[in-house]
Amino acid sequence: MSLEPLAPGRLSGRRKRLLLILLQVAIGLLVLGVIALLLTNLQVNLLRRGLGLSFDWLGEPARFPLSRGLLPYRTEDSYAWAFVVGLVNSLQVVVVGLVLATILGVVGGAANFSSNWLLRQLASLYVAVARNVPPLLHLLFWYFVVFLGLPAARSGVGAVAGLLRLPVSVEFVALLIGLTVYTGAYISEVVRGGINSVPRGQWEAARSLGFGEGRTLRLIILPQALRAILPGLNSQYINLAKNSTLAIAVGYSDLFSIVNTTFNQTGRSIEAFALLVLVFVAVDLLISGVMNILNRLVLRHG
Amino acid sequence: MLAKSFKRFAIAPLLVALASCATAPEEKVSLLEQVKSRGELKCGISGGLPGFSSLTPQGAYTGLDVDICRAVAAAALGDADNVAYTPLTAAQRFTALSSGEIDLLSRNTTQTLSRDAGGGNGLTFAPVVFYDGQGVLVRRDSGVTTLEDLAGETFCSKAGTTTERNLNDVMQARGIPFEPLNFDQDQDRNQAYTEGRCAAMTADRSSLNSARSGFAAPDDHMILDEVLSKEPLAPATADGDARWGDAVRWVVYGLMAAEELGITQSNIDARVAAATDGEEQENAALRRFLGIEGDLGSKLGLPNDFVVQAVGAVGNYGEIYDRHLGPDTPTFIPRGLNASFTEGGLHYAPPFN
Repeated sequence: MSLEPLAPGRLSGRRKRLLLILLQVAIGLLVLGVIALLLTNLQVNLLRRGLGLSFDWLGEPARFPLSRGLLPYRTEDSYAWAFVVGLVNSLQVVVVGLVLATILGVVGGAANFSSNWLLRQLASLYVAVARNVPPLLHLLFWYFVVFLGLPAARSGVGAVAGLLRLPVSVEFVALLIGLTVYTGAYISEVVRGGINSVPRGQWEAARSLGFGEGRTLRLIILPQALRAILPGLNSQYINLAKNSTLAIAVGYSDLFSIVNTTFNQTGRSIEAFALLVLVFVAVDLLISGVMNILNRLVLRHG
Repeated sequence: MLAKSFKRFAIAPLLVALASCATAPEEKVSLLEQVKSRGELKCGISGGLPGFSSLTPQGAYTGLDVDICRAVAAAALGDADNVAYTPLTAAQRFTALSSGEIDLLSRNTTQTLSRDAGGGNGLTFAPVVFYDGQGVLVRRDSGVTTLEDLAGETFCSKAGTTTERNLNDVMQARGIPFEPLNFDQDQDRNQAYTEGRCAAMTADRSSLNSARSGFAAPDDHMILDEVLSKEPLAPATADGDARWGDAVRWVVYGLMAAEELGITQSNIDARVAAATDGEEQENAALRRFLGIEGDLGSKLGLPNDFVVQAVGAVGNYGEIYDRHLGPDTPTFIPRGLNASFTEGGLHYAPPFN
């Protein structure tokens, strides 16, 4: 093959395709090569410092205490098990948070279309306040001001936890509410945009058929808005999962805080953080995957 | 089309250049030389621990840990003010050091095997500047006097410190159940404790003392007599730079030796004059210590009078201690183990020979 500039169309379609594939492969190999080079370099530098990459320490007893969670944990359990406990603690807050934030977001988004003036103002006030405050401040507010500041709120959590026989701590509830309120504001904007995308004629048609406001929204508008809402929800869900790593600020033992402690005890920062990254990529891909399936279902049946 | 694809290839040499940058075996220049040519020492501190490192109302850092930074800067650069401070959390501190973000970690850090070892955090420790032990802070009106009284209670502590594991080791050995609650920041942990979320707060006794001094009613809280662990706090440098590690070590020893010899910030000029051509000019050991004769300083890569510079800037170890933790401060801690060996304490400088 000659390297001089080629006029478009001089090559046959098949040869051109083959060439392009070869180029892609070459670029792919190059990128892989660079990554391999960087990893080897890392390994060499670590070995020079007497720190070969190793995951053997995962089997050692962790020996740091954790607050009670869903899974049983004793301090003589391994680091690997502590990671699992942390992952389940994280997932617990992410899953419950997703559900609650969705409910809050749909209600908040729909409230923008209410005929009640006060409700509309409240909805936009909520979005304005919640969206413009950083997530960390949300958590600190709920934890220190609400739950630790008001003894009644704290004992309420204790009473409910005792009633349900669940290991629900004040820290968990503060984290959950903080993440829900923060993400709910973004979701409510996504929902508002989705509802806006439904032509006004649909509202008018429903009204002329004698549908009330609530039924119009539930039966006519939201099902159609879903197509526009779902893709936007995906990124908000992933944001919620990522923001859950702020848990340590309010004393909740999520995966990140456990990785942090582990790395301090073992000095295995690269390995511990590599695991953390892998787990979060997996969680985020899982959320995206589920949302894509939902999206496809909606497009097919909606 | 193809020409376009080739254009895309232009990124390839860039990537290769990037990769070769990353692999180029850098010839290691000691941090001591880097600090000297930069004219500034980058020091990692806590920033939120009265007595060790905290902000004054004027916005400057002060404390025992801060004075160690200042002494090293004075010895290496001749000016104690040429220090850039980086406040670090417990979890950040080792990465900051190994990544070169700071030259010296002077942040109430406990010396342990795993932190020292290359297979652990890979630090090189300077001499211990404060002998501490882990303690437990409780409310005075709670009636708690021993750890057994705290069975089943919640303990607030800080993530990424030795305290989590120590507490667990002691409590497990004595069969006392407890609930841990970890925070990333001192003030969050303190607030959770003062708001009553936990019955006890555990940390090094010096930290508890500092934290309590900031409470609304310090006297409502007390530190239990029980000491859970040994916590020798020492400045640290990164492994693999013996020249820099040695310089820092001997500056700290210099502060201690000055106290042993009764050399203070106020009398150092007189002592130098006396040793140069006054009544102490026959005292060869003193002349070497002060850099009037011999080459002790230059062996380390420091000016020969580095001890004079350091002590002139911050005083000897005893003066530093009294200034930040002495009886006239709100963070008073009796000297105890932190006295010089001449007074029955543990601070002991090897000979300056």
